[in-house]
Amino acid sequence: MPDASLSALAAQLAAKQVSSRELARQYLDRIAALNPAINAFITVDAEKTLLEAAAADARIAAGQAGPLTGVPIAHKDIFCTDGWRTTCGSKMLHNFVAPYDAHVIQRFKAAGMPSLGKTNMDEFAMGSSNETSYFGAVKNPWNTACVPGGSSGGAAACVAARMAPAATGTDTGGSIRQPAALCGITGLKPTYGLVSRYGMIAFASSLDQAGPMAPSAEDCALLLNVMTGFDPNDSTSLEREKEDYARDLDQPLTGLRVGLPREFFAEGLNSEVAAAVEAAVTELKKLGATTVEISLANSKLAIPVYYVLAPAEASSNLSRFDGVRYGYRAPDYASLDDMYCKTRAQGFGAEVKRRILIGAYVLSHGYYDAYYLQAQKIRRLIADDFNQAFKACDVILGPTAPGTAFKLGEKSDDPVEMYLNDLYTIPANLAGLPGMSLPCGFDGKGLPIGLQLVGNYFSEAKMLNVAHQYQRATDWHMRLPPQGEASGVRREG
Amino acid sequence: MSLTPDDVKRIARLARIEIDDAQAQATQAQLNTIFDLIATMQAVDTASIAPMAHAQEVYQRLRDDVVTETDRHAAFQAVAPAVENGLYLVPKVIE
Repeated sequence: MPDASLSALAAQLAAKQVSSRELARQYLDRIAALNPAINAFITVDAEKTLLEAAAADARIAAGQAGPLTGVPIAHKDIFCTDGWRTTCGSKMLHNFVAPYDAHVIQRFKAAGMPSLGKTNMDEFAMGSSNETSYFGAVKNPWNTACVPGGSSGGAAACVAARMAPAATGTDTGGSIRQPAALCGITGLKPTYGLVSRYGMIAFASSLDQAGPMAPSAEDCALLLNVMTGFDPNDSTSLEREKEDYARDLDQPLTGLRVGLPREFFAEGLNSEVAAAVEAAVTELKKLGATTVEISLANSKLAIPVYYVLAPAEASSNLSRFDGVRYGYRAPDYASLDDMYCKTRAQGFGAEVKRRILIGAYVLSHGYYDAYYLQAQKIRRLIADDFNQAFKACDVILGPTAPGTAFKLGEKSDDPVEMYLNDLYTIPANLAGLPGMSLPCGFDGKGLPIGLQLVGNYFSEAKMLNVAHQYQRATDWHMRLPPQGEASGVRREG
Repeated sequence: MSLTPDDVKRIARLARIEIDDAQAQATQAQLNTIFDLIATMQAVDTASIAPMAHAQEVYQRLRDDVVTETDRHAAFQAVAPAVENGLYLVPKVIE
């Protein structure tokens, strides 16, 4: 049964207890059994997966294996993948087969990790519930009447149901952390610029960042080692020394200063979530941490700021979808202009169109200063709050989302209600800081609760250390969804 | 601030998204609730604050002026809706 940690799987491969092909086959079987109910994958291609696994086996046999060679992974359908359909969850790209690999995909291929397929997502990563996907909503494995969160909802759900040992995600306003929280897994959004955006279909370029999603912090550290690195093809990629993000996992937490932002424990937070997060704080104190109250006074403005900046960038980025070079083209039109207008009206879903319209408006003549410029100025205030806070603490802790997974359809008619789900995650994107979510309990309905850590720039190793020590003391991340074959299975290693 | 259906049609025109009167009406109501949310940032005094465009202070890198790409137009055009002789086909714009 595929329920081992990445390091355990790598050890089994190295010891020749299992081949990459056998492992891939086990996960593909599980996808075939569980995906019809969960809809976590848009594209599965067993033949391609097994070919990649065979190549990994050859590498292992030749003694050329890296740390994760042969371990399979699922990729969010936002990453262009050579020869694989890459849809971004949209009708606009329903038939798009990428002619090249995103940098992240190149890195996983170079590491010898076979792809299990492309995971479902909110259309163009715009959503917090995965309900905006052209390929249908993803169901939360903990309760299939509930959403998995979004936009990396397919990634979170496939890992939660152990249809993949790990997955890639992207996070513009919380799209790794919020679904990780709602599905009971661990996910990390790195410091902006650590992971190349080349070949990752752009939503809001100054905020978009790819990261790992897996059961544990240790798994995420190993994946981050693969994903990060300078790429000249991304103009915002940072040139830095290569780090080992697993180097500090086993450090004790003695003397760790945990900042608790009072704004993250205020009105609007579900009481069961608050209780679970507070219990996690108690656990960290037992492990040697101290707490300090901090203030992120401008964080309440993060949502309005985000809903100016992200749509503005999206309206520009999505102007490339015009029915000329790739993707969908409307079948009937009277002129070039009519072709653009009809293609975009038919190819984009309602939420994407809404955000393009907001973006076009805030950037239009006469409104730029009042909206875009004002939002950029408040963005600085939000980042300054964090800079101030990190003088008093090493890591900031709070809830990932204000509640647990909500019912499908519950918030889909009210965009503002949906947007409020990202209240606690958006500030880190605006500041460009790393953030992660890890499981810290369950509510009365048996739905997972996520704990968020936000670190200073480039402090991923420290955050992963905190998360790993917490996960050594707790077993929330090892719990599995109750239904299906997943029932009762424990992780080894 | 409140958008009218005509505003919505004007923005949709700017964004090249076809929209009919009924859709403009429905979209107007939703956009207005979003702009009500956005309006909460207008009360903040930002007179002395420099705008922050980006999370990191990065500058555009320069590279040597040499060819780095190979000709892959056939692969790129294979995914286009309409292509002929290496050209993308669109409706005629000049009579």
